[in-house]
Amino acid sequence: MRIPRIRIEKRLSTPRWLPVASLIVALALAMLTIAVIFYVLGVNPIVAFQRIFRGGFGSAFGLRETVTKSIPLILIGVGLALAFKGRMYNIGAEGQLLVGAIFATGMQRFFPTWPAFLLLPAMFFAGFLGGALWAIIPALLKTRFRMDEVLTSLMLVYVANEAVKYLVYGPWRGTDTRGFPITDEFPAAAQIPSLVGSRIHYPTLILAILFAVLVYFLLARTKLGYEIRVTGENPAAAHYAGMDYQKVALLVMVISGGLAGLAGMGEVAGIHYRLRPPEAISPGYGFTAIIVAWLARLNPLAAILSAFLFGGLLVGGDAIQIALNLPAATVQLFNGVILLFVIAAELFNQYRLRLEV
Amino acid sequence: MLDFILAALRAAIPAGTPLLYGTLGEIYSERSGVLNLGVEGMMIMGAVSGFAAAQTTGSVWVGILAAAVAGALMALIHAFASVSLRVNQVVSGLALTMLGLGVSGMMGKRFVGQPLVVRLQPVRIPILSDLPILGVLLFRFDVMVYFSLLLVPLLWFVLYKTRAGLTLRSVGENPAAADVQGINVPFVRYAAVMFGGVMAGIGGAYLSMAYAPAWVEGMTSGAGWIVIALTIFAIWDPRRALLGAYLFGGVRVLQFRLQPLGISPNLLNMLPFLLTILVLWLSSGQAAKRRIGAPAALMTAYSREER
Repeated sequence: MRIPRIRIEKRLSTPRWLPVASLIVALALAMLTIAVIFYVLGVNPIVAFQRIFRGGFGSAFGLRETVTKSIPLILIGVGLALAFKGRMYNIGAEGQLLVGAIFATGMQRFFPTWPAFLLLPAMFFAGFLGGALWAIIPALLKTRFRMDEVLTSLMLVYVANEAVKYLVYGPWRGTDTRGFPITDEFPAAAQIPSLVGSRIHYPTLILAILFAVLVYFLLARTKLGYEIRVTGENPAAAHYAGMDYQKVALLVMVISGGLAGLAGMGEVAGIHYRLRPPEAISPGYGFTAIIVAWLARLNPLAAILSAFLFGGLLVGGDAIQIALNLPAATVQLFNGVILLFVIAAELFNQYRLRLEV
Repeated sequence: MLDFILAALRAAIPAGTPLLYGTLGEIYSERSGVLNLGVEGMMIMGAVSGFAAAQTTGSVWVGILAAAVAGALMALIHAFASVSLRVNQVVSGLALTMLGLGVSGMMGKRFVGQPLVVRLQPVRIPILSDLPILGVLLFRFDVMVYFSLLLVPLLWFVLYKTRAGLTLRSVGENPAAADVQGINVPFVRYAAVMFGGVMAGIGGAYLSMAYAPAWVEGMTSGAGWIVIALTIFAIWDPRRALLGAYLFGGVRVLQFRLQPLGISPNLLNMLPFLLTILVLWLSSGQAAKRRIGAPAALMTAYSREER
């Protein structure tokens, strides 16, 4: 049997318009594919897409929610863009987010009487620390024992998940929660302020954009950023040039984990004011952010834009779940299909295809 | 005490069977040089398809067939992306997992909360099943358990003792050399990846049709990722897959058995994932000592032009 072979030829140069054009085509094809899957599964795709768009971007309320949900996506997406640039496949951001949430919650438990100007920064710091610690485990296992970071970072997501559940069902369960598995409400000094009439906890948003800019400059303008890029693109060349692979691996993991931890802090102290079971804290921000980073072609500034897009998708996804009676996993369908088309599109920038039958 | 141990051992085998199917499939896929991180997605598609088909037709066999086809179709996506388009295998596999979780959730929505109308019945192997101790321990499982046990030596034999196995291994170790010898590298890789999909699909179906006969969204809950770790632990050898799968099956049983002792179920639920990391750590030490490791061409796309 002969498989029709697709001949792939390397492009000598990539025209400037091509990356943008291929991304747009990829997104369009992804939407078409999702529409077909919806149709096959008995969901009217036109109605579904309309609801998603209207839910996420079609009203002032929807837009405010979209911005709210893009805050963790920017933070994590920026960190993952950096990690993937350095060829560290940190798939465990979801777990790092949760550990950040635990650390931030712990901080306000231990210092409940601190004033806001001390407590909030301390909690942000704790959130970063928690996420970074959770991410440094797979990094060390990778650099010291050559253990695959994809698996170890992902396994730690499940562990973090159970850790949050353990705390809210056990030692940290609130005193006045009528049996619900949640902690008591954070004191006012431990609540991140929001824009009036919305859930946009703007200090976290400012922090997220600040980090996007910082990471962009780190990558584009510094010697360290150069080392990260070379290590990611060509580890052998980096090694011969005397670059320290271990330093790069640890650094990108600490930053990406720390940013995910900040996102976790933002969710518990900016939205819920409590630690809740993991599925209530995050609908999978850590996983969606993988696509945010990839869609942005690992550019931290572009990640802001793609985070906004996926924030809207999450809000719209909530809307169709209720309106069309779809399961929560529907958003994963978008994630999977879009990611497949985006990586396929990347190929077209470097190669041209010719079908040989 | 003996009863406790026996019961635990007996329960470990069905608990490990989905992992065994998945691992055997992933071993073949990786032996051809293609890492498929989409096992979780393929398994869950197998689980939902198997359940849906069995529920609507009333036949377990139609269910298992449907699961195998669903797994193969999912694997085909990964094969196309990683073999033909040569995209990053890590990201493609990840996308496959997300796709599977999403589609299965939508497909299974109307089956949530339904008990499965048919079951895989245990088969008592005549005479042997009446043996004291061993009879209960080994000879009273359902057909799919026996089938997986049969596959272990069979797949080992094919891999190491037949021409087909040699072809598969050579494609995974040195695709350029295999190509020179006239082996159709893309064909072998497609076949191996799709075989992996069939096996993962069946493993998922075993979960939803035999081990816990019901459909629950996201019911594989990480089993597909444990499979990938087990593939490394097995050093890509089907025989060792058996050991790893039942080890994890045993841990799953232990989780349930320790709960009445007052240990938090959440802490117990961490066990399989912590054990996965431990197992990976053990394998890494072993690999370094014996200088054995992954198929040399694992994760590298092959193209004649860039040889």
